[in-house]
Amino acid sequence: MPKIYISNVIPAPTGQVWGVIRDFNGLANWTPFVAESRIELGAPADQVGCIRNFTLKDGGRIRERLLALSDYEFSMTYSILESPMGVENYMATLQLTPITEGDRSFAEWSAEFDCAPGREKELVNFIGQNVFATGLRALAQRFSA
Amino acid sequence: MRVRRSTVIDAPVDAVWALLRDFNGHGDWHPAVAASLIEDGPTADRIGAVRAFRLADGSQLREQLIALSDRDRSLTYCLLDSPIPLMGYVASIRLKPVTEGDRTFWTWESQFSPPAGREEELARLVALDIYEAGFSAVRRLLTKPRPTVRAAAPPPSPPPAVRPPPAATGATLISEAIVVERHGGPEELRPRRVAVPPPGDNQVRLQQTAIGVNFIDVYCRTGFFDLLQLPGTPGMEAAGVVLDVGPGVTRLRPGDRVAYACPPVGAYADLRTMDATLLVPLPADIDDEMAAAVLLKGLSAHFLLHRVHAVQRGETVLIHAAAGGVGLLLCQWAGALGAIVIGTVSSEEKAEAARRGGCRHPIVTSQENFVPGVLDITGGRGADVIYDAVGRDTLDRSLQALAVRGHLVSFGQASGPIGAWDLDRFTAKSTTLSRPNYAHYTSSPDEVRDMAAHLFEAIRQGLLRVTIGQRFALSEAALAHQRLEARATIGSTILIPGWRS
Ligand SMILES: NC(=O)c1ccc[n+]([C@@H]2O[C@H](COP(=O)([O-])OP(=O)(O)OC[C@H]3O[C@@H](n4cnc5c(N)ncnc54)[C@H](OP(=O)(O)O)[C@@H]3O)[C@@H](O)[C@H]2O)c1
Repeated sequence: MPKIYISNVIPAPTGQVWGVIRDFNGLANWTPFVAESRIELGAPADQVGCIRNFTLKDGGRIRERLLALSDYEFSMTYSILESPMGVENYMATLQLTPITEGDRSFAEWSAEFDCAPGREKELVNFIGQNVFATGLRALAQRFSA
Repeated sequence: MRVRRSTVIDAPVDAVWALLRDFNGHGDWHPAVAASLIEDGPTADRIGAVRAFRLADGSQLREQLIALSDRDRSLTYCLLDSPIPLMGYVASIRLKPVTEGDRTFWTWESQFSPPAGREEELARLVALDIYEAGFSAVRRLLTKPRPTVRAAAPPPSPPPAVRPPPAATGATLISEAIVVERHGGPEELRPRRVAVPPPGDNQVRLQQTAIGVNFIDVYCRTGFFDLLQLPGTPGMEAAGVVLDVGPGVTRLRPGDRVAYACPPVGAYADLRTMDATLLVPLPADIDDEMAAAVLLKGLSAHFLLHRVHAVQRGETVLIHAAAGGVGLLLCQWAGALGAIVIGTVSSEEKAEAARRGGCRHPIVTSQENFVPGVLDITGGRGADVIYDAVGRDTLDRSLQALAVRGHLVSFGQASGPIGAWDLDRFTAKSTTLSRPNYAHYTSSPDEVRDMAAHLFEAIRQGLLRVTIGQRFALSEAALAHQRLEARATIGSTILIPGWRS
């Protein structure tokens, strides 16, 4: 099962950073690749089990279900229900950990999935770089003075 | 209570892990740790391994590795023995890669139960003095641009992507030491770093705390005595703590306080590996500096006054260099044995020191020839025994100041070699001459322990007061020699290894 792991340092206290990424419906607010997003059935964005339905700037549509949200560990886990990427059993976690020195945050974004044989590398690279790394870089950028 | 600190180190996670994974490696990078070793062998990555280590302030701690994961890059350990009351202290280190920029996120956290009222103080100690101090040290170590051979020339084979963790090196430790590369003046005593191997059969490794300076070290440095193989480290006397013991050592354990005063040379160092039989355990009331200041000189005084010549009550004893290291001890001990003590010194200040040391008649040689003085004090008879370690400048006149059937003990040559003597000259007064050699009176370990016990008892009873007239940093050994040879010292001189200051 291919795995993706991307991490970065976000130059802001964890409470602040969490305030931004905690919103399961808020990808459009902090990533550069999401055009618009909504939560299906009008559910609250922090209701575990809710589904976000968003369109990418390149036009693709993705549906993801919130599987876990922890204000204690600053983490969220979700799975993909539908996407143009051709992944199965896709589960991802986004997590923050305080860096006490300098009062900053360590952000990790990881995922595991299945796919058609031969596509692993391409997908790991695509999701790792174009989604996770790009997303975390934008997040870091947002907090750099 | 929990303490947690974390940081980011600007180095690849595998490089940081290679450093931190070595459970015995903290001696190499943590500023608070002076020296560390793994008990019962060099394997630092065995679960259950115990590291015994010394902090810069001298305190001793033991910690046990209870978990290690190369997958998670984490390790967990607990505190077994410590002078600091961190009850139930269990700590973990965990590393994670920061993929952006190829850096490392490092978390160091612990749980413990401090005694009531000391929570804040101990939490600060752990967070700042242990964790944050460790972060800074590793950062300095790993983010310093280091010149690599690899950068200059392409390697014959590609370097491994992951640096292997340092092999179980609980083994060799790096020590500060004075090295003499060629015979000569004090300037030949140069501070260097040397590797100190783990103890072999019947050996121990010491963390030394104080080192004694003796005039014989000068003879070794100049090459007058053939005891120092070049390049090599001089010194025959020190006190310290046992760090680790080799196979076959039964009488000593890590943490034991010991001292020694004997060849082979090599005492001018922070760490030293040597034969266990040469060590004298130190009683609690003899501190390390005192031991380093008194052991060689005191054992000398002991055999000079009891074995070479058994000083009797009422005998007149002349002691040259009476304010020196050996001299001050000879004065006090001879006085305690009931002798009438006459001493020679080169200055008023030294005369005062000798007087305080029980020398009833100090003679300042820069002002007068000592021969008439001695004859005067003894009513023309001369001294019954003369302890002369000044040599060339005094020996001839010592003979003149000696009583008939007196004993001339020539045990050193601070002013220069005594040269050739015509034995017929000794007939004039039926003189007994002794040329005692320290090694011949201290070659049996049992005898040395016995004599040391005697010496410590004499100190305890107040018969001997140990005067540490000079302290130098180990790195300033050259200065110490220069002062000693310039006749500018009083009492004993000791060197203190840099980790203690
Ligand atoms: N044979 C043995 O088993 C044995 C064992 C231990 C020590 N020793 C000998 O005992 C002597 C004393 O050793 P220590 O370590 O305690 O040293 P020390 O007596 O503290 O220092 C040497 C003293 O010798 C006097 N001295 C006279 N002429 C000198 C000269 N030209 N250069 C330097 N010093 C001169 C100085 O005292 P003033 O300024 O008062 O004259 C000087 O302070 C040494 O000769 C040493 O080799 C022999």
